[in-house]
Amino acid sequence: MSETSGPSGPPAAATGATIELEDLTKRYPGSAEPAVDSVNMEIKAGEIVIFVGPSGCGKSTTLKMINRLIEPTSGRIRIDGEDVTDIDPVKLRRKVGYAIQSSGLFPHMTVAQNIALVPRMIGWKKARITSRVEEMLDLVGLDPAEFHGRYPRQLSGGQQQRVGVARALAADPPVLLMDEPFGAVDPITRDHLQDELIRLQHELHKTIVFVTHDFDEAIKLGDRIAVLRERSHIAQFDTPEAILTNPADDFVSGFVGAGAALKRLNLTRVRDVEMADVPTVTVDDPLQRIFDKLRASGTNELLLLDKRHRPYKWLRRGDLMRARGSLARAGTLVHDTVTRDATLRDALEAVLTDNAGRVAVTGRRGEYLGVVDMETLMNSVHEMLEADRLDALEHQHELEEQRSRLTQHEQEGGSGEATA
Amino acid sequence: MNFWEYLGNRRQQLLADAFQHASAVFQCMVVATAIGVLIGVLTYRSQWAGNLATTVTSTILTIPSLAMIGLLIPVVGLGVAPTVTALTLYGLLPIVRNAIVGLRGVDPTLVDAAKGIGMSRLHRLVRIELPLAWPPILTGIRVSTQMLMGIAAIAAYASGPGLGNEIFRGIASLGSKNALNQVLAGTLGIIVLALLFDAVYVLIGRLTIPRGIRV
Repeated sequence: MSETSGPSGPPAAATGATIELEDLTKRYPGSAEPAVDSVNMEIKAGEIVIFVGPSGCGKSTTLKMINRLIEPTSGRIRIDGEDVTDIDPVKLRRKVGYAIQSSGLFPHMTVAQNIALVPRMIGWKKARITSRVEEMLDLVGLDPAEFHGRYPRQLSGGQQQRVGVARALAADPPVLLMDEPFGAVDPITRDHLQDELIRLQHELHKTIVFVTHDFDEAIKLGDRIAVLRERSHIAQFDTPEAILTNPADDFVSGFVGAGAALKRLNLTRVRDVEMADVPTVTVDDPLQRIFDKLRASGTNELLLLDKRHRPYKWLRRGDLMRARGSLARAGTLVHDTVTRDATLRDALEAVLTDNAGRVAVTGRRGEYLGVVDMETLMNSVHEMLEADRLDALEHQHELEEQRSRLTQHEQEGGSGEATA
Repeated sequence: MNFWEYLGNRRQQLLADAFQHASAVFQCMVVATAIGVLIGVLTYRSQWAGNLATTVTSTILTIPSLAMIGLLIPVVGLGVAPTVTALTLYGLLPIVRNAIVGLRGVDPTLVDAAKGIGMSRLHRLVRIELPLAWPPILTGIRVSTQMLMGIAAIAAYASGPGLGNEIFRGIASLGSKNALNQVLAGTLGIIVLALLFDAVYVLIGRLTIPRGIRV
């Protein structure tokens, strides 16, 4: 499908390319066992595939064989159908973005110079490079005017990592390889960077291969996850949902760790579940209307919205009486809301910490959309797990059928040859 | 005649000697830097080649300079040739050693990153490794220069140029009226030159070490 428009070709964004690994093997001289043993994998254009596994399992080696930083001992690598196993590695690497842990920025160059490296190497015009640098900085959420001339050491770890990603994407490569890129930043920054990457990928649709040892990171980012065991043997290569609900073996379930159901909450967003509704009034409503609404609703609570329809206060029956009818004094302030894009895990966290066990959901400008409480959460989680289980079962059936068809075919073929 | 009167009287001669001294050191440093960095670039990747280069250059340094010049005279003759050869050889060690140490000290993840984004071998060396190794190399050049300032004085022995002539003349006429003045003028001249060169190196460092890696 997606034609790799040459890097110096039209500015139309090159979207992802497929990657095929065929019997990819790396054997170091002097060791009996190969470090990576015959990896076969097909990565679709525009998907994020995560290699996850214990340290020393060869995931990083496998990644580095894709851009041939490590030359494979045997096997083929095909990008977008083109066999790149024997082409000039320098040429190959200019088509494949590469981002590494602790950013790998060159300390003696400014942010702009770092980002401009690859476009300069492939001979872009100066004006085009300048505008591209600004565009990339913008894309990764850094103000071009402010960061343009800074040196890497004048940036925080998270900012360096953003520039690292910007540099990797500068020449618009169809494929991006990321080797534990967020491994060296603090958990909060890592969370932000992960969100950013998801947002970027929504815009760019690159093919991303991402190595991590953090399974939670894998679930959060991956379209598909390859769980690797020693020598890069693929233990399971599937969607996060399938791996969580139906781990292939003990190794995978051990790696998934406890709390698969909890982790499943990370995969669903609030917008995907049914929200409850509570009666609302706004601060502009006359008191009488508020009383009427409370009486009519049959519930105990009202949500008071401010002028811009943002959740403001929870009002209970009796609150108004105690405050002698003054809205300013009545009720408890809403101190926590979640957005529609929050994960169910965030929502659960908010519900658990709320003293009445519910949390308001807000839209993009903070306006009220609905309410999530324990009950809605429980129901949707149950439904989700049930659906996952069914999917997994079906998937398994299919595989088994395929396998039995295959063996049948082989047997027939074998007997056919024997009689012929 | 006191020292100041001596300086006043011999101003022309002293300035010419000082200029020749500085010029000899400068030219030898340029050659030594080029050769030294080249040796460093060629050898730093291999453990044994790097060590060999360091050992050979430090062996050269242990030869007394007077003996070195003496040994060179039958080979290259008198005058400028033995001076330049000896100075260049002596100047190599700090540069070669610092070039190797500097190039080996470049963070391997950066080299990996450079490879990963598609920089060729030459490109990596010129754009990444040498600029990052430049501060230690410049330090090596500074050390070399200081050393050559002193060694260049010995060159007068092989009728080479420079302030060494002043010193040797003084030593030869020891006991005469101007002997002490001559030795003093030559020595102080060399010290002043060394300080001037060092100031220039500080300036060069300011101008050539990128702000991002300046300490």
